[in-house]
Amino acid sequence: MILFVVILALLAAGVVAWASERLSKDAPRLVSIVAFGAGLIWSAALWLDGADAGGLYAAMDWPWIARFGIHLALEMDGLSLLMVALTMFLGIVAVVSSWDEIESGHGFFQFNILWVMAGVVGVFTAMDLLLFFFFWEVMLIPMYLLIAIWGHEEKAYASMKFFLFTQISGLLMLFAILALVYVHHGATGEITFSYKALLGTEIDPRIATWLMLGFFVAFATKLPSVPVHTWLPDAHTQAPTAGSVILAGILLKTGAYGIIRFAVPLFPEASADFALWAMLLGTVSILYGGAMAFSQSDFKRLVAYSSIAHMGFILLGVYAFNELGMQGAIVTMVAHGFSTAALFMMAGAIQQRLHTREMSEMGGLWTHAPRMGTMTLFFVIASVGMPGLGNFVGEFLALLGAFQENWLMAVVATAGIVVAAVYGLYLMQRSFQGTPNPDIASMRDFGLREMSVMAAMMAGLVWVGIYPQHVLELSNATIQTLGVLP
Amino acid sequence: MSAAEVWTLSAAEVWALAPYLALAGGIALLLLAVAALRSHRLAFWGAIATLAIPLAFVPTALGGGTQIVDDVLEIDGYALFFFVLFSLAAIATAVLSARYLGSRATHRQEFYLLLTTATLGAAVTAGASHFATFLMGLEVLSISLYAMIAYPEEGHPPLEAAAKYLILSGAASSTMLFGMALIYATSGSLNFEAAGDIAAGERNVLVLGQAMLLVGVFFKLSLVPFHMWTPDVYQGAPAPVTGFVATVSKGAVFAVLLRYAIDADLLSSPAVGIVIAVIAVLSMVVGNILALLQTNLKRLLAYSSIAHLGYLMIALVVAGTAAGRALGVESGLFYVAGYFLMTLAAFGVVTVLSNETDDADQISGYDGLLWRRPAIAAVLAAAALALAGIPLTVGFFAKFYLVAAGVGNAAWGLVWALIVGSAIGIYYYLRIVFAMTKRPEDDRPLEARRAPWEGLATVVLLGVLIVLLGIYPSPVIELIRELGGP
Repeated sequence: MILFVVILALLAAGVVAWASERLSKDAPRLVSIVAFGAGLIWSAALWLDGADAGGLYAAMDWPWIARFGIHLALEMDGLSLLMVALTMFLGIVAVVSSWDEIESGHGFFQFNILWVMAGVVGVFTAMDLLLFFFFWEVMLIPMYLLIAIWGHEEKAYASMKFFLFTQISGLLMLFAILALVYVHHGATGEITFSYKALLGTEIDPRIATWLMLGFFVAFATKLPSVPVHTWLPDAHTQAPTAGSVILAGILLKTGAYGIIRFAVPLFPEASADFALWAMLLGTVSILYGGAMAFSQSDFKRLVAYSSIAHMGFILLGVYAFNELGMQGAIVTMVAHGFSTAALFMMAGAIQQRLHTREMSEMGGLWTHAPRMGTMTLFFVIASVGMPGLGNFVGEFLALLGAFQENWLMAVVATAGIVVAAVYGLYLMQRSFQGTPNPDIASMRDFGLREMSVMAAMMAGLVWVGIYPQHVLELSNATIQTLGVLP
Repeated sequence: MSAAEVWTLSAAEVWALAPYLALAGGIALLLLAVAALRSHRLAFWGAIATLAIPLAFVPTALGGGTQIVDDVLEIDGYALFFFVLFSLAAIATAVLSARYLGSRATHRQEFYLLLTTATLGAAVTAGASHFATFLMGLEVLSISLYAMIAYPEEGHPPLEAAAKYLILSGAASSTMLFGMALIYATSGSLNFEAAGDIAAGERNVLVLGQAMLLVGVFFKLSLVPFHMWTPDVYQGAPAPVTGFVATVSKGAVFAVLLRYAIDADLLSSPAVGIVIAVIAVLSMVVGNILALLQTNLKRLLAYSSIAHLGYLMIALVVAGTAAGRALGVESGLFYVAGYFLMTLAAFGVVTVLSNETDDADQISGYDGLLWRRPAIAAVLAAAALALAGIPLTVGFFAKFYLVAAGVGNAAWGLVWALIVGSAIGIYYYLRIVFAMTKRPEDDRPLEARRAPWEGLATVVLLGVLIVLLGIYPSPVIELIRELGGP
């Protein structure tokens, strides 16, 4: 029940934040920070409290729509807890990162952030397929509004593209869910959308492949993977900073989470047959994302393309079908959440100060803003995959797992890390080093507010990088119960 | 019954008829009252009472079980469901029209008379089990509608719309009548069920008759290729009347079509099933594609309604099979209820925003509405998203129900068409939402006058219902299941 209360609390906080706009323009932001802060403390408390015998931290199951056997079933296991905690943390980051950026509609802005996050928490805990789909869509509208209202020049195009890609692939998933329930109904005579009931459904292999693809396309679009990635560079670039942080930090992870929780366990055989193709898509995403990132002149767009590359490692790791690969994918989800959120926050901060995202108009920013420079360097290095930081652990494990399964693919994908170093250092060099642009007289450096958030993300990356055991334990409990590994 | 039999009404039949009798009696009183005293207030409240008081008799009528009154009216849960739905829609229309017509007609009293007779006609149509009541109910409805569409005194469009509707609707009615004659020629009875008893070998003339009947019905439902009148009539008619035409008139025709299809075993000829399926798919595709091109909100809603009626045909096709009867009828009733809410809300918003002379029907006029009139914008957004079938609105469960019914009966083609249609639909519904979220570039006032409170209350109530049923549809689902099919 506590899970439902948390989701409702986030929704309610959204309404309160909107209403509190009348008091002052800071009130909505404070409401958001309090809500996410409370959520973060709550998830930390759950973690310290430990799981029950079944590996669950919290669970509930209420009937919702009896006609179709749809339940309000929420459960939190290790992976869910990890993702929810990350969500709450990045919620705070998102609010802080857009502190000075939003000029009007403060209340509605926070309302949308809180509602996206409520949907995300639902996605990470839903144990009923329809409920999952429901939350999957609940995150969509507020995210659309964040881009459509507070976005940059091309917001109409970018928000529409984001919505259409996600919604159409979501419809395919809905169709696959219904077909799966129909098959289950045919076999057992029972109509249910319960994840656990549907797990063991016997499906004709040919049908199973199509249904698996229905799920996979929806998740791969969100992830995103080549060739359904084209919404991402536009959406990220045009979104306000908070939107980019949420998109990169959390929404992409819902795609990865969906693959791990739903697409693979529901259709183990079909997924195993498809594994090679999925790994190939992952490898192509890594190389393509890297190559595209290198050829960008827009700071934010570069980071956006780098996300595609990083997400490729997740596909590679999950579809390696071994524990190492799966662990690597999950660690990458967490580490990428920190590092990319930080880079997008940086992009937003620079754009707000210089009114441009073009790297050709930057250069030598370090002299004006040494703290920003240091932070950028740290997170670029992290996302390049420097040992000792979170991303390295994740990508290394994913590659190790993939190597056992298909050495050729792993070797090719490793080249992606080299590409990452190239575009990462290129980004650093174009923006912060070199001759200062004479047009930039001065630039305000990061203050206490920004630095404390940055420091928290640094701490997170170092923690995952040096002692990944905490994350691995949480995710391992889930991997074992999913039972997808041979 | 034979001619010699004395026509009697049992007490149970009188109680079953009570809602209809109360409505008819109220209309007679209203007529006298309007003739004696030309007071708008009296006419308005008289109409509200005429529409509301019969609802008090519905529970007793339901309690008496199915009553077939003199072979012509079958008063069951199904008929009473539509009775209540039509009455409520008519009340909403009356409330919305009161102020809207104030500036458009010198005498508004007769409008309420027409509205109540139209409602009676629709209610009788939904209860018809005999061609006599079918035709009578439908003509009472249609003839009232001609006058309602042409009611505003100023301006050319209402007259043009009414003339178009009169001529085309008349042609459709006569086609229908010819079809009934052919069916009568084969079966020798005007009762719906008689056609179902004809042996397969003697069905040639029957099928011809049914085809002509269907042409007329499809015309009234504005399905492709009988949809040409829809955009012009929708655009030309006064906004609240358009809402009434879109909901009550189509709802009544759908109700009688579904009852006829089941009673007369319409889908036992495979050809009929194929024709209905093809027309449904055409409507979904053509309606959605043409809606993409509209800049006028009323026309856009006209094309969208063509698509929606196409979706609704899935319920008909499923209900026509013995195995899918219960699920098909349920999904149809739920869809109609949801469609009523969203359509009335959308036209309600148009009505509330219209000024003394012009309807607020240009989509560009909705730019920035969210910032000027958040409540009204929220209702229109809810209605548009519901029409698009996005979760958290009743539209999602309505579509879900249809897809579940289609999948359960392996109507894969129709389900795919629905998914493709919905995917196209998202684009134009989202355009409305996007227009409303645009930042106001200047202080150009969208509407000079303030929205009337009673209209505002109506649309907000509709919006709240759209969202409430989108979160917890179970009460309505259970109600529909208890009522049972025709």
